[in-house]
Amino acid sequence: MTTQTRKSIFNRPEKAYVHPYFGGVVLGIVLFLAFLLTGNGLGSSGATSRIDAALVDAVAPSHVDNTPYLLKMAGGDKNPLDDWIVPVFFGALLGGFTSGAFNGRLKIMTTKGPNISNRTRWLMSFLGGVIFLYGARMARGCTSGQALSGGATLAAGSWVIMFAIFGGAYALAYFVRKLWL
Amino acid sequence: MNFPLQSFIAVNAANPWTYVLFAAIGFAFGYTLEMSGFGDSRKLAAQFYFTELTVLKVMFTAIAVAMVLLFGAVGLGILDFSQVWVNPTYLASGIVGGLIMGVGFIVGGFCPTTSLASASTGKIDGMLFMLGGFVGAFLFGETENYFSNWYNNAGYYGRLTLDQVFNIPVGAVVVLVVLMALFMFWGGEQLERIFGKKDLSKEPKLRLAGAAILIVAALAVFVIGNPSLEEKYNKVKFTRTESIPQVNADPIVNTLTYTADEMLENRLVFITSAEAFKAKYNQSMNPVYLDVRSESDYNLYHIENAVNVPLERLTEVIPVLLSEPPANSVFILMSNDEAAATKAWKTLVGSSVQNVYILEGGVNSWIAFFGKDDKTLQPAPKAGDDQLGYIFPAALGSQYESCDPNPQEYETLEFEAKIILQLKRDKSGGGCG
Repeated sequence: MTTQTRKSIFNRPEKAYVHPYFGGVVLGIVLFLAFLLTGNGLGSSGATSRIDAALVDAVAPSHVDNTPYLLKMAGGDKNPLDDWIVPVFFGALLGGFTSGAFNGRLKIMTTKGPNISNRTRWLMSFLGGVIFLYGARMARGCTSGQALSGGATLAAGSWVIMFAIFGGAYALAYFVRKLWL
Repeated sequence: MNFPLQSFIAVNAANPWTYVLFAAIGFAFGYTLEMSGFGDSRKLAAQFYFTELTVLKVMFTAIAVAMVLLFGAVGLGILDFSQVWVNPTYLASGIVGGLIMGVGFIVGGFCPTTSLASASTGKIDGMLFMLGGFVGAFLFGETENYFSNWYNNAGYYGRLTLDQVFNIPVGAVVVLVVLMALFMFWGGEQLERIFGKKDLSKEPKLRLAGAAILIVAALAVFVIGNPSLEEKYNKVKFTRTESIPQVNADPIVNTLTYTADEMLENRLVFITSAEAFKAKYNQSMNPVYLDVRSESDYNLYHIENAVNVPLERLTEVIPVLLSEPPANSVFILMSNDEAAATKAWKTLVGSSVQNVYILEGGVNSWIAFFGKDDKTLQPAPKAGDDQLGYIFPAALGSQYESCDPNPQEYETLEFEAKIILQLKRDKSGGGCG
């Protein structure tokens, strides 16, 4: 079987990304529908800490009782996964996968700047994940839960957070340019 | 239809469709991010070197479109804004957390949701970012108790929106945000031309039409404005069940729907002094006694723990009532009689405050019930409508015995319970929490 005739989802021809403004309009409509139907916006970082809380609760339930932050989510008979953001999180994983599958972008690879090794990129992405989620929990939401959802509802604090995110990234961009340029 | 749909405000094991709906929203979210190119960290990082401003374009288009639709729906009375989750403002932890996120963004090349789109399409760096995320969120949980007070209190303003900050109509903010977004798009394209060597003439002309539509829609939102309190009041519906006992069979339970005015006519929101008092000792609810009389009447006599909010100042505290107290709060309004409390009830109900009741007969009837043996309180025969029906020797506030009746003395009180607790939203359940 040649690659052309195999109808696998893993090697469809790779299609171009949609135009950013078009993607933005679709995302805006999705966000609006989320608010219209449920009163909640979009988010994901909350699910990360809820999954964490569920893991801690399974491994060391007594540690939950001693940690106020976890207690709020997993204390007593509360199930930390019983929150709207958890199905949104898993839905987003599935949605990303589906779009990748339809557009021929399912591929094991590493996306990185041209002048660093895969290993450096892996280390940096892991580190970036640690830092980002630490900040996201401190700010009570990430680019989705705060900047996007809070931005659309005109929440004052969310606009401040949005500018802080961009401010932090722009301030550091020059010093880590080796990673990307 | 009244949006948001009450049965979909949170996930609920009794209604599995709630999980399906939220998963579908997540699916659309992930799909959109991936098709916009956010599975590739290079596209995200390019934002910070001005070579490609996809992040800015997607994000601000989404914010502008969602905002225009959202406030358009609010203005047309389709969507109840008080039921929409607005992230509470915590300035200090927001700014520090935001700056930390910025560092994570440029170092890691993703934000949390884009890392999902990346990981799910097989990108190893996206998977590692996701994994790092679990570690970061865990570390936050472990360290939060070292700065818990700062985290929960510094720069806390509750539910605060930009129109309140700048004291302008919300429609004006919508127009300004759209104009700002379009200006940023124009600037972004210029940067792409200069730093990214991009040929702008190849960009679709359709985007100019889109910009025009966005401006017109934003202006329409401004013109429509917000629904008046009266319009909102007339749309409020209450449901109550009545049980009709049957001979030799289970009682028939009917669900009845009432408008706000019908609730008043049928006196379903008037609770007796006994019920108002007993609410204090009911574990399932958190009663908040709101005394809407003048400050001088309040100083003469008021119920223990009652908060004085004169009727004229009631609208100022509505945002606080909507966001601060726990979801099981029951607001018990009282005036000397019922007139002022009834006005206050209409205002709060029209503003979508939940669980609002009126003290039947007001403070006068409270005194008649709990203070009948207090010889210092003498009835004032000439008291007019909604005035205090007693003469007070001094302004002792809540120092009288009847202000805080002894729970042992009144352990058994008979009353027809009118309070039906509505738990519409767990305050901590919204947002990215």
